[in-house]
Amino acid sequence: MNQFLVFVKKEWLHIWRDRRTLFILIWMPVVQILLYGFALTNEVKNSRIAIFDQSRDLSTQAISEKLAASRYFNLIKNVYSYKEIEATFRQGKIRLAVVFPNNFRNDLLHTNHAQIQLIADASDPNTANTLTNYASSIINDYQQSLTQNEELPYTIKTQVRMLYNPELKGAYNFVPGVMALVLMLVCAMMTSISIVREKEIGTMEVILVSPLKPFRIIIAKTIPYLIVSLLNIATILLLSVFVLDVPIVGSLLLLIGESILFTVTALSLGILISNTAKTQQTAQFTSMMSLFLPTLLFSGFLFPVENMPIPLQVISNIVPAKWYYIIVKSVMIKGLGFSAIWKETLILVGMTAVLLGISIKNFKIRLS
Amino acid sequence: MRVLKFLLQKELRQIFRDPSILKILFIMPMVQLLILPLAADFEIKNINLGVVDHDHSEYSRKLVTKIISSGYFRLKDYSPSFRQGLHSIELDKTDLILEIPAHFERDLVKENQSTLLVAVNAINGIKAGLGGAYIQGIIQDYNQGIRTQWIQQPRLLPQPTIEVSFSDWFNPNMNYRVFMVPGILVMLITIIGSSFASNNIIREKEMGTIEQINVSPIKKSQFILGKLIPFWLLALAVLTFGLLLARIVYGIVPLGHYITIYIFASIYLLAILGLGLLLSTYAQTQQQSMLVSFFITMIFNLLSGLFTPIESMPEWAQVITRLNPVSYFIEVMRMVVLKGSGLADIKTHILAMLGFAVFFNGWAILNYRKRSG
Repeated sequence: MNQFLVFVKKEWLHIWRDRRTLFILIWMPVVQILLYGFALTNEVKNSRIAIFDQSRDLSTQAISEKLAASRYFNLIKNVYSYKEIEATFRQGKIRLAVVFPNNFRNDLLHTNHAQIQLIADASDPNTANTLTNYASSIINDYQQSLTQNEELPYTIKTQVRMLYNPELKGAYNFVPGVMALVLMLVCAMMTSISIVREKEIGTMEVILVSPLKPFRIIIAKTIPYLIVSLLNIATILLLSVFVLDVPIVGSLLLLIGESILFTVTALSLGILISNTAKTQQTAQFTSMMSLFLPTLLFSGFLFPVENMPIPLQVISNIVPAKWYYIIVKSVMIKGLGFSAIWKETLILVGMTAVLLGISIKNFKIRLS
Repeated sequence: MRVLKFLLQKELRQIFRDPSILKILFIMPMVQLLILPLAADFEIKNINLGVVDHDHSEYSRKLVTKIISSGYFRLKDYSPSFRQGLHSIELDKTDLILEIPAHFERDLVKENQSTLLVAVNAINGIKAGLGGAYIQGIIQDYNQGIRTQWIQQPRLLPQPTIEVSFSDWFNPNMNYRVFMVPGILVMLITIIGSSFASNNIIREKEMGTIEQINVSPIKKSQFILGKLIPFWLLALAVLTFGLLLARIVYGIVPLGHYITIYIFASIYLLAILGLGLLLSTYAQTQQQSMLVSFFITMIFNLLSGLFTPIESMPEWAQVITRLNPVSYFIEVMRMVVLKGSGLADIKTHILAMLGFAVFFNGWAILNYRKRSG
């Protein structure tokens, strides 16, 4: 046991004395949480628009002002021809152009019918859709203000209740995702690289002739990373509660227990990769391709899994992060107990057992 | 010049004789370009609907049918009580519950008013917001239908109406892939440019072979050029491969010229490779440099406008995107591919990128020391 602890200490010193790596390992989750929390939203606001007003009357001015005053739009330019609209789009200066035809107000008041054309830069289809929706609802408002509001008969009212996240904050969705991502990265990628590094530099030989059992050596390598990742979980949870206002509704103990389970899964994946990789570069690449990318793609926090083609949806089931993500969402945000997540937990336990089994079996005592 | 030629020969041999690097270089674009665009489908559809119908009337059935036939919703659950409906939300079986109260039809007809309850799982805020909006739109439509049914004479009250017509320029089919693929390609060559070059130098440091270079008459600039050129060529090859894939698999043909893309890409790669070199002058071990370059490319990619629009970011983040070479290339790529922009349209981008290239490479050369330790 004492020998084992000595090895743990050696590994710990490796990490501790490499201040740059340690610095990044500790700050990575902080930066990710802050970026996702504050910088990355799909919410559309301050979109740059241009107006092509051929009529220039009271109505078009009123509508233009309404558009410019809304928080969705930012009027940056008045244009005077379709050609100019196209050029402005091409330079990437605007997202939407609003075109009023001649005699807008006249038509509206006398024939009761007038037209507005919205031209969207649909290279980003989602934003284009959202923008045209916002613009037409602002125009609609203006139209309503022209007519008296009257009580309509036979009205169905709809009450919408947003469960768990009434303010529709993005943070509720990605905090669990970032947890999965960071754990995968720290545990699997860093462990595999650090084991392969010993192989590449040649120090593995020294370790393998030591009296400690080879597999214990590997376990000793993983423990410091386990500690770092627990630290990361703590940072993420603290940030999400105190900075992003995402509360932990369920049991903290259960959440931490499940996180440790997932950490072990990730660590065994790391060991597995280190078994096969010969150079650090290959180890890094394999972890990126087979761990990081699938976690990003299939855990469901960035890309909607339900929109993917069926084969990809099937593949998503073998990604451990997907199950961990479900667990964290259920415990942390929905506040559910163990009874709701025993299935997912069992899947993770099963995966871990299989992975550990394979990596123990494949662990080579001899160098090539 | 002759020295440089030998260096290049050495580097190219090193690359081509390491099968794992080549594999990586060609598998990575395949995987990213084939899987990512399939996965990155942010269109909101397939919302799983749970219905709690206490009314069981003709009206309630018609409403549910109308919602399903809209194409956005899939009926996944029919529960007798709201509690049970909520349970299937907890299990992620449904995303949204529609509760139709008892006497929905009677209240509507007799009392002129009736209230429906919609409860949405809002953990994913975007999906919840749009899902809620869609279902409200459908209910309003349904309501309008009922009104015209009950109010005998059609309402031909001459009210002023504004008709809004839409045109979707540059991507009339609203194809999300045309938007994503060029951006993903940028991400790809960014990763190759920044991490491979820096790893390569550090590997020499770690293995000790850099000592040999340090004691040779090779000049600093020759050494750096010798590292830069092979990866510059390699990244351009990957770009070509990626553009080909995009053309064959997704039928994406840029509206603008390929030449515009290549001109910008070659300057961009100088900047990104310079960044990689810069990182390598600071890092001591491969583990360090991998982590650092991973960290930086992650921030660059997240703040590049690839996944979320830059205008939506807060002011401080927008300032960062101006200091982020990736965001320029993604913008240029999308402008050239989708809008057919030419060199004149992107001249400010080119100038900015030249600035980045000079800055990173200059710093890297200043910081590279032939002395060890």
